[in-house]
Amino acid sequence: MIKAVMVMNTQGKSRLAKFYEYLSVEKQQELIRGVFSVLCSRAENVSNFIDAESIFGLDSRLVYKHFATLYFVFVFDSSENELAVLDLIQVFVETLDKCFQNVCELDIVFNYSKIHTILDEMVFGGQVVETSSSEIMKAVEEISKCFLSPFLLSCVKMHVDDVRFSTFALFLIRINR
Amino acid sequence: MGSQGGFYQSKEFLDLVKSIGEARSKAEEDRIVLNEIETLKRRISEPDIPKRKMKEYIIRLVYIEMLGHDASFGYIHAVKMTHDDSLLVKRTGYLAVTLFLNEDHDLIILIVNTIQKDLKSDNYLVVCAALNAVCKLINEETIPAVLPQVMELLAHPKEAVRKKAIMALHRFYQKSPSSVSHLVSNFRKRLCDNDPGVMGATLCPLFELIARDVNSYKDLVISFVSILKQVAERRLSKAYDCHQMPAPFIQIKLLKILALLGSGDKQASENMYTVVGDIFRKCDSSSNIGNAVLYECICCVSSIYPNPKLLESAADVISRFLKSDSHNLKYMGIDALGRLIKISPEIAEQHQLAVIDCLEDPDDTLKRKTFELLYKMTKSTNVEVIVDRMIDYMISISDNHYKTEIASRCVELAEQFAPSNQWFIQTMNRVFEHAGDLVNIKVAHSLMRLIAEGFGEDDDNADSKLRSSAVESYLRILGEPKLPSVFLQVICWVLGEYGTADGMFSASDITGKLCDVAEAYSNDETVKAYATTALMKIYAFEIAARRKVDMLPECQSLMEELLASHSTDLQQRAYELQAVIGLDAHAVDCIMPSDASCEDIEVDRDLSFLNDYIQEAIEKGAQPYIPESERSGMLNISNFRNQDHHEASSHGLRFEAYELPKPAVQSRIPQALIASTEIVPVPEPMYPRESYQTTMPSIPSDAGSAELKLRLEGVQKKWGRPTYTPATSTSNSTSQKTVNGTSQGDGASTVSSMRETYDSRKPQVEVSHEKQKLAASLFGGSSKTEKRPATGHKAAKASSHMVEKSHVPKSSMEVASDKAASAQQPPDLLDLGEPTATSTALQLDPFKQLEGLLDTTEVASAVNGAPAASISPDIMALYVDTAAGIHNKNDADLLSGLSNPSVTNMPGTTAMPQVTQSSSKRPNPKDSLEKDALCRCGFACSWAVDRTIIQAILVFIYYYQIYARDCHINVIQPY
Repeated sequence: MIKAVMVMNTQGKSRLAKFYEYLSVEKQQELIRGVFSVLCSRAENVSNFIDAESIFGLDSRLVYKHFATLYFVFVFDSSENELAVLDLIQVFVETLDKCFQNVCELDIVFNYSKIHTILDEMVFGGQVVETSSSEIMKAVEEISKCFLSPFLLSCVKMHVDDVRFSTFALFLIRINR
Repeated sequence: MGSQGGFYQSKEFLDLVKSIGEARSKAEEDRIVLNEIETLKRRISEPDIPKRKMKEYIIRLVYIEMLGHDASFGYIHAVKMTHDDSLLVKRTGYLAVTLFLNEDHDLIILIVNTIQKDLKSDNYLVVCAALNAVCKLINEETIPAVLPQVMELLAHPKEAVRKKAIMALHRFYQKSPSSVSHLVSNFRKRLCDNDPGVMGATLCPLFELIARDVNSYKDLVISFVSILKQVAERRLSKAYDCHQMPAPFIQIKLLKILALLGSGDKQASENMYTVVGDIFRKCDSSSNIGNAVLYECICCVSSIYPNPKLLESAADVISRFLKSDSHNLKYMGIDALGRLIKISPEIAEQHQLAVIDCLEDPDDTLKRKTFELLYKMTKSTNVEVIVDRMIDYMISISDNHYKTEIASRCVELAEQFAPSNQWFIQTMNRVFEHAGDLVNIKVAHSLMRLIAEGFGEDDDNADSKLRSSAVESYLRILGEPKLPSVFLQVICWVLGEYGTADGMFSASDITGKLCDVAEAYSNDETVKAYATTALMKIYAFEIAARRKVDMLPECQSLMEELLASHSTDLQQRAYELQAVIGLDAHAVDCIMPSDASCEDIEVDRDLSFLNDYIQEAIEKGAQPYIPESERSGMLNISNFRNQDHHEASSHGLRFEAYELPKPAVQSRIPQALIASTEIVPVPEPMYPRESYQTTMPSIPSDAGSAELKLRLEGVQKKWGRPTYTPATSTSNSTSQKTVNGTSQGDGASTVSSMRETYDSRKPQVEVSHEKQKLAASLFGGSSKTEKRPATGHKAAKASSHMVEKSHVPKSSMEVASDKAASAQQPPDLLDLGEPTATSTALQLDPFKQLEGLLDTTEVASAVNGAPAASISPDIMALYVDTAAGIHNKNDADLLSGLSNPSVTNMPGTTAMPQVTQSSSKRPNPKDSLEKDALCRCGFACSWAVDRTIIQAILVFIYYYQIYARDCHINVIQPY
């Protein structure tokens, strides 16, 4: 089972934190700090695995991957496979990349809830449910479409003869594609 | 903007994020966030906020909380958002509550209803959002509220919903297995779902179910194998591929499940061989995910019933992993090697150089994994190299968690495979020195035991050699600054016990060092207590040897300081030390015989040595003792007594905690001491209880004492002298030696032969000489040790003849074991076994002697009221000096007035004020209790007898304490 997913930048600022077991805010911060202090002390060209028992308690492993200014960190127990989780991080990042075209740190900060949606499609209740980035994209797009359509419909209904507004609506539809 | 889709954020949020990102310090960031919190608090409670605005506020709250600030003021608004009709708003609400709340939060009750409604929604996206919340927010109590809806969703037309419903059900199972136990069959059913994604999802709960109960799922082996086969043969649609691997997570889960099902089951395993072999052959080893599947195959192969062909493929994969440049693959390779080594130990030899490379790798994770592997393959031939490396590594790291772990591993390996006592002590010294306070205290105790017991009774020479080498090394180590407390305790104990034993060091050397310790670590009371007791021992041995005792000035000042210490324990020890120094050689020898830490202590719980005295008193007209149950009107006292004498009896109040707190035992001692010197004449119901407690630890048959004894169960006893059976202990110690002989002899030849074989195998490879040497010492024995008898207990008996180095000729060994067999109990520091004929004969029993002393003293004092001091100058003088006059008179009065109970009462009460005056140190409650007790029972004639007995017991117990504490309790208790 996956216990936590974290994204933090190289200065230790948390960009995304999702814990699959409830932890208090203080505890979460403590763990994030603990993870960061381990990560920043690691040299390059070493393995992506860390024994996380001293931070997360018994039976916990940590896999991280460093992309540009970000660390992607997954914490999990012995029922997962380290290499496979490393690949899962790859899938996650690939999906983000597809989503935002050349994802960068700011995309992740500004699209906080969207990142959560993507992650929820991949990992559900601590278990990996989807590993294909195109499938994940499809699901996320479906959700975002739903978000816009009621809004657009209401716009169109209410201001059907307001040319300016329909143009705006059409514009919205276009960008949504 | 397009990329943001429906997740649009306002400019304000962007500004916030930007300003936080640009914050130059944590303080600045905090200030910005606090400002933001203020703004949000104000805005969020305004009426009629547009939904879109509200949604954004909530996202900002989530963001703030992720940064570690409290956003609880907005939780209720997040909950409100989940009620919204719009999916956009609802999802944001759900996202926020899953991040904010835990399953026991008060607000959950407001969400459950919404979740119920949403689970029935027509829009599958709403259902998914609700299921997501279910996973995080539903606890044991609320499971029944949503369970029916979740069960319905298992048959939902959308596969995404089915998948998530299964995960939710799995979550319920994890949280409360009992609430869904009747539904687990659904997982089996869903395994046949026509959507592979749903099937894959069911593997997660099935894996957990199978891990708990393998046997009920054996019938599924065939299904799992056929699923795995189809997946591996790429029968699934491309949509399930991940980096060109067909559904790798499903494969991995299946392999994990098969590993569980095939473990120790030949029949089930046979079904798996083909498919696992296929995967080995086909799997793409160039990608991470391919290697993940291969690694999982190795795990499976090493868990199921072994198959030589598969093992071979596994070994191939491992060697590929180890040869790879990627640290990740090396890590997996080392881990896989550790698994496979249990089945085919010879495989390690092929990879010895790769393993050593990993050991020297700068990557910490890899290093640790390699140490784990080495730990698994340690044998008596390579233990020295491995433990040495481990300790070096332990010294170099600062992570306490891992330091503790590696220290305990070092100790375990050292205990299990140590080639010699010398090495063991040296190794322990290093472990203690560098990880001292992280090491379990039991380890320290077993080290003390080892030094005290040594090789055993058959070779006293080796024992004393061992001890003097220990003393020497400790004196050297003491020079170093900042030693851990546990280690100092060991050092103090050993110095006290054996510091002057071999005559190499004078008493003043050792006492000087001990005083230094007490001074340097003045904050550590435990160490100080150990040091004080050690001082007392040294002086006692000096006195007993009839040497002149010159107390060092620093020792004098230490004692004075401790006499006024706030710690009652330290005070007590200082008083004892003072008392012992004042005694003469004979008395000291009785109290503290030298080198007696291994002797058994005989405890006569019936106090039968007082029988004569009681008889005499009764003959003189004293009333016989009436058991408390038969007495009336003394409820108060009988309560106390009941507890003292029949701990288990259910009637009467219990005043103790369920488990006796250890320090309490110590802190009581000074009271007992003061009391016994000053107010002996006043029988006080508290006394027996206190004294009883202090003696408790040394009474083996007592249930309570078991609690206080040093618990050794957890400590490995594979090496060192086994404690409980003398016969094996003798044979073991001999076998230990013979093995040493052989292993030393072989060690060299193994090394050279290994190098030869290695060189001949790979002549071209250039490997540094040192590395080879290390490899040889690590792996060298791997093939040969199998033939050699392990450090077992029996194995070496036969070989002992052949080995020249064996110190013990067969004949003497037999004699020794015979002797040991006749003695029921080996001298044992910890097992305070029943008294035995031999041990009693061996040791100078101080109680037998005390018995004599007491008898005369008591009789004399009781009969003629003369000062007891004149009869037993050494011992009694200490106690009786001030109180003697009073108490003897008092006693005499009592006895003379025995015929008349009311008269008897009078002197007792009139004597009270004097007594209390003289015992001004005693706490007040005790006085009042005592008075109360006295008034209540004063008229009971039986007291006449009781009192004198109590008096005798107190004296007895005090001396017993000194003796027992010195020999045993040091080891038995933390102090």
